[in-house]
Amino acid sequence: MPAFPTAARAALGDTQLRRNLAHATHTIRDKRARVVAEVEDWEDLRLAGAGVKEAALRDLATHLETLEESLVRAGATVHWARDAEEACAIVASVAKSHGADEVVKVKSMATQEIGLNEALEAEGIAAWETDLAELIVQLGEDLPSHILVPAIHRNRAEVREIFQRRMGVVGRPAPGDLTDEPSVLAGAAREHLREKFLRAKVGVSGANFAVADTGTLVVVESEGNGRMCLTLPEVLVSVVGIEKVVATWDDLDPMLRLLPRSSTGERMNPYTSTWSGVTPGDGPQEVHVVLLDNGRTRALADDVGRQALRCIRCSACLNVCPVYERVGGHAYGSVYPGPIGAILNPLLNGVSDEQTASLPYASSLCGACFEVCPVRIDIPSVLVDQRAQVVDSHRGDRVPKAEAVAMKAAAWTFSDARRLGLAERASGLAGRVIGRFSRTTLPGGRTAAGRLPGPAAGWTGARDLPAPPRESFREWWARTDGGTHDDQDGSGTATKGGRS
Amino acid sequence: MRVALQVTCVNDAMFPDTGKAVVRLLRRLGVDVEFPKAQTCCAQPMVNTGYFDEAVPVVRNFVDAFAGYDAVVTPSGSCAGSVRHQHALVAERSGDAGLRAAVAETSPRTYELTEFIVDVLGVTDVGAYFPHRVTYHPTCHSLRMLGVGERPRRLLEAVRGIQLVDLPQAEECCGFGGTFALKNADTSIAMGADKARHVRDTGAEVLVAGDNSCLMHIGGVLSRQRAGVRVMHLAEILASTEETQGESSGPAVGARAAGA
Repeated sequence: MPAFPTAARAALGDTQLRRNLAHATHTIRDKRARVVAEVEDWEDLRLAGAGVKEAALRDLATHLETLEESLVRAGATVHWARDAEEACAIVASVAKSHGADEVVKVKSMATQEIGLNEALEAEGIAAWETDLAELIVQLGEDLPSHILVPAIHRNRAEVREIFQRRMGVVGRPAPGDLTDEPSVLAGAAREHLREKFLRAKVGVSGANFAVADTGTLVVVESEGNGRMCLTLPEVLVSVVGIEKVVATWDDLDPMLRLLPRSSTGERMNPYTSTWSGVTPGDGPQEVHVVLLDNGRTRALADDVGRQALRCIRCSACLNVCPVYERVGGHAYGSVYPGPIGAILNPLLNGVSDEQTASLPYASSLCGACFEVCPVRIDIPSVLVDQRAQVVDSHRGDRVPKAEAVAMKAAAWTFSDARRLGLAERASGLAGRVIGRFSRTTLPGGRTAAGRLPGPAAGWTGARDLPAPPRESFREWWARTDGGTHDDQDGSGTATKGGRS
Repeated sequence: MRVALQVTCVNDAMFPDTGKAVVRLLRRLGVDVEFPKAQTCCAQPMVNTGYFDEAVPVVRNFVDAFAGYDAVVTPSGSCAGSVRHQHALVAERSGDAGLRAAVAETSPRTYELTEFIVDVLGVTDVGAYFPHRVTYHPTCHSLRMLGVGERPRRLLEAVRGIQLVDLPQAEECCGFGGTFALKNADTSIAMGADKARHVRDTGAEVLVAGDNSCLMHIGGVLSRQRAGVRVMHLAEILASTEETQGESSGPAVGARAAGA
């Protein structure tokens, strides 16, 4: 996967993608804003949500032990997985022990994160995604582009084409008279999936929340397909990130109010399923819970970044992010795209590889993500802290990066006003030279540089740059004693002669 | 009250007219503004790019330069936000208790221009005159990091002769983002192009904002598009009076004709 700027460039060139993304993010963003505005005490609710998750993280080890005890008491088998490899091996061995060559899946970020489908495929087990959007992505042999709306980058004509081309290859084919009407497409998906629901012996899920004291797992979804996966198969395996734990059943209250409004812009969630272990004669008769670390304890040890573990995967930050809106999810090179992905991936994996290290910079720090986050993750502050981690990781380089050299030089100049004054004199001279050659006049009469060579080309490729003024503010102040004399026209930049 | 102008490094080196406008404006409002010559930069370029160690001497210079003033006024939401939210982080990193104390002293007394006028001076009509069609872009840091809210709009609405038109999707980032504009130039330009389109849709002669760095970016895109829209810092409109009209304050004659 290339670093973010390179991947973004490719995405920016796809005009269809940009249209699809702009349309979808604005629709869901407006819907969220409307339903959030209905809640009078939204800020209090955010504080409560952040508090629940923060409290759970502060004493994570204890809560996890409580969760394990409660789950075992309820008849579930609990497994601990340090990384993706261990987690995938556990799921595969459960499926194999039942002779299953296929599993049905409810949409799960954790299983995407660990690459479960690919790992199962390598073991000869087919994993069928049953969430409608995940199904579109899977059939399209594509990657999810959004946490909540994985097929956000696809329009309905593309979906029809994918269904027609691929459904028959892996199961029940799409009907011959398939149109691109959403209800017709949903009908085709329902027929295709039903066959798989009724046949599969093993279901695989994630969990939105895991309640420690009652040993309850919670899945929140909109279609009811998840509920089918959770109740129809004989065996259920749930892969749960350790940060999903909350202490008590009461703690679910703010979370289940924050999540639907933040994610789908709905007042209440359509399907909320909860289960605790095994109930004889009802639902799966064998339940496995895989508690997954995979970098989470690493994130927990990061003083500034640990707040990212509060994330409830609502994707509100994706929908308001101006960067995500233009480049889409694939550019982030992870199942966690957008602002939360930009901080979560470095937290889980470290910043030693170039791609991950480019993510904290994939933001203009506009702060819209923090404003909408239901659990108040200060994403801009974490981004800046991670940028410092990236910079610090290069402090021992034998050959410093050009940027580091430039920043050191800037800091040296900015540490002393006399040095800055000299730099501004040079800039004033450059301005005069640029002015001589300039063919561009900005509205208002100021001359501008056209396309500049070297590092400045990044700016002037598509933007004009005003030529530096002949006289800086500090020079003007010194010359005119703060504008009290010899500056009749009040516009020192146009003053002939300037400083002499 | 001793009031210092923190002109910002961008204004000092690139947009001195903004600093001059602040001086004219504050004097008109009865404030004898000083310009501490030792000042340089708020250190935001280093902090936001991750160079915290490099930011330490710059922050130290800032607190030294502005020690002893009752108020530090800056015509930048971004720099005021940096002083109020980032200086403490840099001081913490330095491990220097003296610097931490100096930052705790200076940061809360640092105001963005519109905060100072509305909250400290208690003024919303600054007696300005600017007979042009203007649209206002609330820059991200003033809007979200600092929370200036309606203050700039209230000041603009009180300007005589102004025709203030709403900017569609005003609260969306323009794509400047400091070094983001260079590190992710393509994305930055895509964002800037959308912002420029919204500005053109308003039919405004002038785009106004409280941060010259954002205006340099949006203005650069507008200029490359030959949109004929002038960008101006808020301070320059607020400083503008009937006497200064026809000098440097208004949009250049015929600016709209250029390819608009």
